[in-house]
Amino acid sequence: MIKSELIQKVAGANPHLYQRDVERIVNVILDEIIASLARGDRVELRGFGAFTVKHRAARQGRNPRTGETVFVEEKFVPFFKTGKELRERLNRDHDSGD
Amino acid sequence: MSGKTLTRADLSEAVYQKVGLPRNESADLVETVLKEITGSLENGETVKLSSFGSFGIRQKGERIGRNPKTGEEVPITPRKVLVFRASNIMKSRINDGQGKK
Repeated sequence: MIKSELIQKVAGANPHLYQRDVERIVNVILDEIIASLARGDRVELRGFGAFTVKHRAARQGRNPRTGETVFVEEKFVPFFKTGKELRERLNRDHDSGD
Repeated sequence: MSGKTLTRADLSEAVYQKVGLPRNESADLVETVLKEITGSLENGETVKLSSFGSFGIRQKGERIGRNPKTGEEVPITPRKVLVFRASNIMKSRINDGQGKK
């Protein structure tokens, strides 16, 4: 599923809204998540999962092709941890439940 | 880092403020969006949200684990796990935001 399909599905469930409004809504939600992470906050959506930011310290790296040592600056990377309910739902149809 | 935790309520508030829908409807829409993403993933589909990132399912085979307390070996059943790959846009916005502090 891609973003436009997600928008279509949400629009289908909300026939009183214009598709362009639904598009705006989906973008506001996604943008708010990114903006929060950029501020250093975390976003926890119970049952779905949590978005957090992890810090990666500066380190000496190596160019694998030339073997040359390079300095890698510190960076902040987004991380998603799947929520318990979603994790269980993904495996629901298998085995004997859970 | 400010270290706050945002929840569904904060996302609904953003929809309310920026789109101007009533609060309860904004909350319902946040829920519908999450539900559609979840539903698609449950069907084993990949969800690609441009400029945000993509969620994919990875199938893990059986492996032997160990109970860290007792040292006992236990089989870990095959399972599906969700992996999230952030878009380059998300990555750079996060780095830029943090870099300013």
